[in-house]
Amino acid sequence: MTAETTPVATRRGVMPEPTTPDAPDRRSWFADTWTVMVRELRPVAREPFNLVFGLVQPLVFLGLFGPLLAGSLGDTGVLGPDVWQWFVPAILVMLTLFGSSTTGANLQLEMQTGAHERLLVTPLPRSSQLVGRSLKEMVPIVAQAVVIVLVMLPFGFALHGTGAVLGLLLLGVLGVGLGSLSYTLALAVRSQEWMFWAVQQTVLFPAMILSGMLLPLENGPGWMQVAARANPVAYVVDAERALFAGEVWSSTVAWGWVAALLTAAVGLAAGVRAISRSTD
Amino acid sequence: MIRTRQLTKTFEVSRTETVHAVRDLDLDIAPGELVAVLGPNGAGKTTTLRMLTTLIRPTAGSATVAGHDVTTHPAQVRRSIGYVGQGNGAGHTQRVLDELVTQGVVYGLPRRTARDRAHELADSLHLTDLARRKVSDLSGGQRRRLDVALGLVHAPRLLFLDEPSTGLDPHSRANLWEHILRLRREHGMTLVLTTHYLDEADQMAERVVVVDHGRIIADDTADALKRDLAGDRVHAEVPPGPQAAADASRLAEVVGRLPGAREVQVEGHTVQARVTDGPAGVVELVRAATAGGLDLARVQAVQPTLDDVFLELTGRSLREQAVTDPLTTDPLTTQGDAPVAGKDAA
Repeated sequence: MTAETTPVATRRGVMPEPTTPDAPDRRSWFADTWTVMVRELRPVAREPFNLVFGLVQPLVFLGLFGPLLAGSLGDTGVLGPDVWQWFVPAILVMLTLFGSSTTGANLQLEMQTGAHERLLVTPLPRSSQLVGRSLKEMVPIVAQAVVIVLVMLPFGFALHGTGAVLGLLLLGVLGVGLGSLSYTLALAVRSQEWMFWAVQQTVLFPAMILSGMLLPLENGPGWMQVAARANPVAYVVDAERALFAGEVWSSTVAWGWVAALLTAAVGLAAGVRAISRSTD
Repeated sequence: MIRTRQLTKTFEVSRTETVHAVRDLDLDIAPGELVAVLGPNGAGKTTTLRMLTTLIRPTAGSATVAGHDVTTHPAQVRRSIGYVGQGNGAGHTQRVLDELVTQGVVYGLPRRTARDRAHELADSLHLTDLARRKVSDLSGGQRRRLDVALGLVHAPRLLFLDEPSTGLDPHSRANLWEHILRLRREHGMTLVLTTHYLDEADQMAERVVVVDHGRIIADDTADALKRDLAGDRVHAEVPPGPQAAADASRLAEVVGRLPGAREVQVEGHTVQARVTDGPAGVVELVRAATAGGLDLARVQAVQPTLDDVFLELTGRSLREQAVTDPLTTDPLTTQGDAPVAGKDAA
């Protein structure tokens, strides 16, 4: 089991041309990962309504929470010159947080029905099964984020081309990280569905509130600001605000990338480890 | 094709409890065989299959599948086998044809070949009309056919089927088996299946491996197992009445003289015994009784089932264990050690 979690090089090297006719020349680790990703994306493409459904929550926050925020803090200057420039990038992170953290439920369903087991017996490396699933998270997140940005343009949300594109990419990276953590959780609790949701909910709300997504943490108590410093989502929220304000490169942006990439690295490593042990 | 030596799997259920799911299993399966692994729930059938298909690692012992060691070369094993698990292999949010094509691609077929192969299989398993359907919209029987199709996409030399027909109605079961057997003829596959359906093992398998408590307790063709371990029986009754008891004991003597007669039992006005050949024994019995002026009410030749084999080997009936309700009041289960050969033959 150790051989297959190490990608390409070893698979080509250790396994020479198979001696039996039933083992066709297999593709690279990347092709396998791609296959998994495309399989995961198919239901998304076939039923785009699910994506629309995922937009309801962020739009509700924009429509109902946004005006309140503007009304209560708009004049204080804490939110900067424009409320939407402060709030919309954060809502994009919220979308990512809620969307990607639940994706483990899809794997959970496949574990319960037997599809996961079927894939484990195929020659697909465990690692590409996990990485492919996680990378897929980018697509719905970016698609939904684009819709939100477009919806908000008529309301005066200003768009800075390069910053916005980089902002979307950063969201995608965070999505991969959170998605792989969600898969890790699903694999760790196996078929105990309630356990998955219990942990997900327990982590989700603190991660959201302690990111300064909805309300600025600057006015909160000191301990909250300390706690937020350990929350990768907080760095990404700050970075998104900077990027969507047209600040393409700054230390805030850099910390956002570090946080997102670190989340992705930790998530993928934990996920690959979990899937490799998922049946023993 | 398969060779296991002292294959063992132990699960630590808790700190104090260990389950010995499979113990020292030695099993050899030659290319082209159709083997059914039969046993009650919890006998270790699925655990064995999961070890052979690289889903779990053996605790001890070794297993070679299609020429590769399952512990040291799981990736090669996976390339060489097909596996139809107990659950539904197709993703519920996926479409039928997509899953078949993806499965082909996963096994390294070029996309075009995978597509052709998917259509071919959909055709032969009557899934063509369902090709664009979502898996969650399929019926149980349709999903099972899709599971089998997924296991066959790469035309494996060796196919494992874990309880392929559980939950299917008799018609779907027959249908599925027709497909499996045809595909086996076409591809010359080796088939290993687990089942707790006695008749399935009996009719379909060329070799039956009976397991209980993680061990192989018998291994032969169904016919040989039944002949050697259970054997034919005759049941005979004299008419009820004041004479019945006396007549029954006279009948028992007649029965006792049949070729190979043993374990002659008299119960009320019925007599039963094991004989070498049931149908021939009945003829002989009727002739002898008539010659002796003995009245017969009914005579029956009873041929053994695999359940009788299991009962003979373990003292328990497989059939009782298949019943999920433990409070079932099956009159046959209350008879203790009484032979129950008749209950499957009626």
